[in-house]
Amino acid sequence: MKMIKQALVMIATLAFMTPAISNNAPETPQPNPKLLKSTADHSKFKELQQTFDSGPAVTKACLSCHTEAAKQIHLTQHWKWEYRNPDSNQLLGKKHLVNNFCTSVTSNYKACASCHIGYNTDGPNFDLTAENNVDCLVCHDQTGKYKKPSGFAGNPVTKDTEFPPGSGKIVKGINLSEISQKVGKTKRQTCGTCHFYGGGGDGVKHGDLDSSLDNPDKDLDVHMAKDGLNFSCATCHKTEGHQVPGSRYSVTAMDKEGAHMRGKADKSNPATCQSCHGQTPHKKEAKLNDHTDKLACQTCHIPAFARGDVPTKMSWDWSTAGKRDEKGKPLVVKNDEGHDIYLGIKGDFVYEDNVKPEYYWFNGKVKYTLSDDKIEKANQPIWISKFEGSADDGKSMIWPVKLFRGKQPFDAENKTLTINHLAGADDSAYWTNLNWDKAIAAGMAAAGKPFSGKYDFIETAAMWPITHMVAPKDKAVGCAECHTSKGRLEKVDGIYIPGRSRDHFGLLETGGWALVGLTLLGVVGHGIGRIATAKKH
Amino acid sequence: MARVYIFKRFERFWHWAQAALIITMLLTGFEVHGTYKLFGWGKAAEIHSTAAWLLMGLWVFAIFWHFTTGEWRQYVPTTHKMIDVALFYAFGIFKGEHHPYLKTSNRKHNPLQRVAYLGVKLFINPLIWITGLFYLFYNQLVAAGYVGLTLGTIALAHTFAAFLMLLFLIVHVYLGTAGHTPTAHFKAMITGWDDDVNDEPQGAKAQ
Repeated sequence: MKMIKQALVMIATLAFMTPAISNNAPETPQPNPKLLKSTADHSKFKELQQTFDSGPAVTKACLSCHTEAAKQIHLTQHWKWEYRNPDSNQLLGKKHLVNNFCTSVTSNYKACASCHIGYNTDGPNFDLTAENNVDCLVCHDQTGKYKKPSGFAGNPVTKDTEFPPGSGKIVKGINLSEISQKVGKTKRQTCGTCHFYGGGGDGVKHGDLDSSLDNPDKDLDVHMAKDGLNFSCATCHKTEGHQVPGSRYSVTAMDKEGAHMRGKADKSNPATCQSCHGQTPHKKEAKLNDHTDKLACQTCHIPAFARGDVPTKMSWDWSTAGKRDEKGKPLVVKNDEGHDIYLGIKGDFVYEDNVKPEYYWFNGKVKYTLSDDKIEKANQPIWISKFEGSADDGKSMIWPVKLFRGKQPFDAENKTLTINHLAGADDSAYWTNLNWDKAIAAGMAAAGKPFSGKYDFIETAAMWPITHMVAPKDKAVGCAECHTSKGRLEKVDGIYIPGRSRDHFGLLETGGWALVGLTLLGVVGHGIGRIATAKKH
Repeated sequence: MARVYIFKRFERFWHWAQAALIITMLLTGFEVHGTYKLFGWGKAAEIHSTAAWLLMGLWVFAIFWHFTTGEWRQYVPTTHKMIDVALFYAFGIFKGEHHPYLKTSNRKHNPLQRVAYLGVKLFINPLIWITGLFYLFYNQLVAAGYVGLTLGTIALAHTFAAFLMLLFLIVHVYLGTAGHTPTAHFKAMITGWDDDVNDEPQGAKAQ
């Protein structure tokens, strides 16, 4: 009895002591919510405590500490707008391409340079060596207040300015001092100021990049979800020395390397799925790993693009542009959702959201039709950009693609795409006068290219890789969407897909089922015969 | 004629388990092939693979059983009375004749059965098994340096074998009704007891 009492006392004492023991345990370090990740508070820098009247003035202050930053930027496509593809030797980049959106930058720099990471980008021969012309703020702004309005050659406006002059429209000046004191790392919104609005508006160009990625939920982007992993663009496009990897001019279509590891030298593109997920990412359903030799991850994991309620432009017909309303102004027609479907200055558009991609073999090489390439109307659509690759080159994967269709001017005699002068206050700009003869002549002259004077419209198409807006795994494309006839991969050649009837051997199908039918007929007949004759015996 | 215990317990288990698995695999296999939609492609593929492993496991046991019991001798082909049996199914069965082949427990299959079952065991089953494994492990084989038949050709051979199996199944089930009563063969395959067996083994010549 006494022993039991003692034991009870012991247990009671221990019960009291236990919380005390755990309280004395060493604490796991908790992150201090007030801890600044950066070691510098830019608002405390004397250099930034001044009124800046221009962008270059800010950059000059930035470079007084970040001495090498401009030199790094000068090496990038972001700065040069030029890229020579080492495989095809094609000279690419915004400086040289003709696309089937607004067609060309060449004579429209003052407008287009809103998305150049530089200042005073007023023409094709903008100063590539000026360090103070590097625009630090467009990428490092944290306030969302930094703006580079169209028409100012990439410059911000610091004082309220009437633009276009005489129009009565005022562009508000912004306070560069405040913005410069709050700079920080790039984020989705900073990259997005250009990459979400390419082609002249939200979501227009890419289809998988639009303002819905500013603050996406998990369904829209499993990596960028604001209440989830909250990736910024640079989490994948892991940048060193301002050299951002993962350009669509040189796509890594097939990545056979394992996941990157800290401390291990990895020279491969850090923006691919495989650079984190490796080659066999499917743990529960291992059979899915048998798809990774032929399918890009994106093919299953991005079931549709423009999934964030921002529609993307799917086609653009310039040939219908030029109509005016009864007041003589360029006609504007909107659809029920408020999106322009016809503009007198631009022609007809088709917008779509939740678009199922098209699928093509892609080896990472893209062939562009450039302004000097000869084109024939007989070969419509002319491929502005065409993915190369095939089932058997050993380098290709099946990729999801946004196929953007257009119809745009070309020189009917010289058989080339034309450089078109669209923006500007001058008399020859198409958006001012709706006159193709003048606009093309001015554009071609700016580009230093011959123009016969005769133009026509030609159908074009461009391929855009779909690689953003990765859905959660339960929203990935299901088996039956490809393992079927008339499914997503119906048009993809050179591969046997179980369940797709175009891969069947016709003779076996008809012969097999005919034989099955005859056999059934035979046994049924035999059985009836037995029943009929059984009564006689 | 006598009532004889002709199908042993394992043999019956093997037969019916195999029947269930083969029917499952035909149903799911032709869905994977794209002939119709039933379970949904992913589910069908999953069931098909699982059933394949079970069936292969069963075959391993069955092969072991056949050799250790000597039951494999039941499938040695013979021409003895083969024409008679064929003629019986073509004509005699409609005239109420008795089956010309008198089975005994050590020779329980008639000559047509012997040759059909042997065909299944030596041709259809191995063809399905081998093409199926190539199909299932095609990626791993390619990764290991295999350069041979393409997946399409492998799938073609696998489908060909599946058609043969389906044809066998139809005829086999129908002939199951062609005993001395329509249900006699089914009863024998379920209980093991057949009441249409000769208790005197036939002459050695018949082997």
